[in-house]
Amino acid sequence: MHSLVFIKQVPDAAQVRVDYETGTLIREGVPAIINPFDKHAIEAAVRIKNEFGGKVSVVCMGPPMAEDALKEAMAMGADNAYLLSDRIFAGSDTLATSYALWAGAQKIIQEEGPVDLFWAGKQAIDGDTAQTGPGIATRFNIPLITYVVDIKKVDPENKTIEVVRLVESGQEVMEAPMPCFLTVEEELNTLSYAPLPYLIRAAKTPVKLLNSSNTEIDASQCGLKNSPTKVKKAFTPPKRERGEMLEGDSLDAILNTLYEKITPVLKQMGKVQ
Amino acid sequence: MIKHDISKYKHIWVFVEHENGEVARVSFELLTKARELAKDLDCEVHAFTVGDKVEQFKDEVFKYGAKKFFIIEDPILKDYMTEPYRDSIVYLIEKYKPEVVLIGATTLGRDLAGTIATVLQTGLTADTTALDIDPKTKNLLMTRPTFGGNLMATIFCPDNRPQMSTSRPGVYKAIEEPVKGEVIKEKFEFDKAKYTKKILEKIIEEGEKVNLGFYDIIVSGGFGMGSKENMKFVQELADVLGGTWAASRKAVQAGWAPQTRQVGQTGQTVHPKIYIACGISGAIQHVAGMKSSDVIIAINKDPEAPIFELATYGIVGDVLEVLPKMTKMFKEKLGKA
Ligand SMILES: Cc1cc2nc3c(=O)[nH]c(=O)nc-3n(C[C@H](O)[C@H](O)[C@H](O)COP(=O)(O)OP(=O)(O)OC[C@H]3O[C@@H](n4cnc5c(N)ncnc54)[C@H](O)[C@@H]3O)c2cc1C
Ligand SMILES: Cc1cc2nc3c(=O)[nH]c(=O)nc-3n(C[C@H](O)[C@H](O)[C@H](O)COP(=O)(O)OP(=O)(O)OC[C@H]3O[C@@H](n4cnc5c(N)ncnc54)[C@H](O)[C@@H]3O)c2cc1C
Repeated sequence: MHSLVFIKQVPDAAQVRVDYETGTLIREGVPAIINPFDKHAIEAAVRIKNEFGGKVSVVCMGPPMAEDALKEAMAMGADNAYLLSDRIFAGSDTLATSYALWAGAQKIIQEEGPVDLFWAGKQAIDGDTAQTGPGIATRFNIPLITYVVDIKKVDPENKTIEVVRLVESGQEVMEAPMPCFLTVEEELNTLSYAPLPYLIRAAKTPVKLLNSSNTEIDASQCGLKNSPTKVKKAFTPPKRERGEMLEGDSLDAILNTLYEKITPVLKQMGKVQ
Repeated sequence: MIKHDISKYKHIWVFVEHENGEVARVSFELLTKARELAKDLDCEVHAFTVGDKVEQFKDEVFKYGAKKFFIIEDPILKDYMTEPYRDSIVYLIEKYKPEVVLIGATTLGRDLAGTIATVLQTGLTADTTALDIDPKTKNLLMTRPTFGGNLMATIFCPDNRPQMSTSRPGVYKAIEEPVKGEVIKEKFEFDKAKYTKKILEKIIEEGEKVNLGFYDIIVSGGFGMGSKENMKFVQELADVLGGTWAASRKAVQAGWAPQTRQVGQTGQTVHPKIYIACGISGAIQHVAGMKSSDVIIAINKDPEAPIFELATYGIVGDVLEVLPKMTKMFKEKLGKA
């Protein structure tokens, strides 16, 4: 069983603050992490490898510093890591990103052999689109299963996998032939602690570099210029004034004040005369 | 990148999402919004969908102003499945060339839209919360939150068509404006051998499915409620106010509320007239789903809780003490005692 996991390096969203003076995000000092959803994809792929044999490859498109994310993925149990890094990718929207990752994956398949399971996170916590996974799957023309919360059965002999996915009304148990493409939720598993041998191997194994000169990536489909969507403007939502703290001698008094304050809204809704 | 001849594309298309014979409310919300955009573009609003039996939805979509309803019916489309839905919808879009395609940003919509846009080689803006027409270029301006709601971006797609967006449920009001519409039935030859995924079982979540977007008052309980039993205090206040109740993700994960009632980045986006946050700290992922509420009331025992930063009115106190009192008092004041 060969898994290829697409991982994105993202700023830790929980630590990003807004600078309301300039209307920008303060990213200085914010650690870069593996997109949280993607870690669960790595974990699942490693567990499948441990049960059925095979290997786990990971790939990340990003700047040179994204190597850290790939090293961490190897510490989690991935066997091979590829960094897809080139100026031509800068500013790619999801159509261009899914192209670059798909084209980069072709090279990985050449080197590591055919892939049975492709994995991505449900969405990235910075861009938040959830479009990259479906985009790559479409380019491979293989079955896509999104919002996976459980792997019920892997059958390497018949080359099928059975998973549980979230849908609006509940859940769905789905079976697909491999190769297929899964995007995963955090509920899929709990992350294990990296055992020492993984850490040692991660420290020793170099990350392999992919760029426009050692792959067959068509530059005319990459980057800002070749992305159909353009960002017209980015802005921080207006900060609300810090609320009025209601104080009073007793809870009754405070609640009376609250009632008075919201009476106009209640009237507007016809809740009071 | 392929550029399309954009002059060949016309009209706004809204995807009619359906499950178990019922149309998702977001489709009506988007039809309503599309009517407004169509005025600026001087074009018509059309609805489209594929499925096993979908012609039955025609009265509903005409009620919300769709002049045409494009459909493909086939038993293979009975349950939603990415690939046959994608292929038949791509066929419709390539044949009729709408300039705008709007899809609800539901689990289904987000699964589907990315694959369609990839085949069509066009841009797709995710999860938008505002749609406008640029008065000069007539391009669709699509505004969306990123970084868990900390950064808004306005995105457009100048050289490719259709301009596609998934739009969050609950952002626009669904308002009827009936028209006499026309159903256009198309046929698509499915290569059945191509579709190899199988749904083995459907597990319908117990408990009701709630569209929080319906309600003007939402009382929401967080981890500070302390237990599943205590959630009744949230429900009782919601009842008295004639609203509904909701929860933070941490409360949902603790098993105190169904996921269908979760507010936030990975739950529903709501904008009621009054949102009452009880024992909710105000994490950005929660705030992303409720910050556009008109009046936000926060009850929290920690005066430093971030929720007070955006609350209109804050009460520092123990929810288990404040809520029962509040319910009793509002019951009297609203004449429900
Ligand atoms: C403010 C802003 C708004 C944007 N809005 C849009 C938009 O509406 N439409 C659009 O097309 N683009 C948009 N983009 C561009 C988009 O963020 C990038 O294309 C990005 O490379 C991928 O999208 P995402 O971050 O949403 O990832 P998602 O699609 O949410 O990521 C899902 C999964 O795909 C995999 N993945 C994603 N990126 C990589 C990577 N670089 N390397 C390896 N695996 C990866 C991971 O497994 C990840 O969990 C926007 C960018 C910004 C800055
Ligand atoms: C990718 C991602 C997506 C997420 N999506 C969502 C989402 O959609 N929705 C969401 O809600 N969260 C989401 N989260 C989780 C979010 O980060 C927070 O963990 C969550 O919102 C916290 O819930 P809470 O405020 O109920 O709990 P806590 O943060 O634990 O806060 C509890 C609050 O209750 C107060 N309190 C305790 N006891 C009392 C008492 N007796 N009386 C009064 N106050 C009391 C405490 O002071 C505290 O402020 C997401 C996280 C991630 C990483």
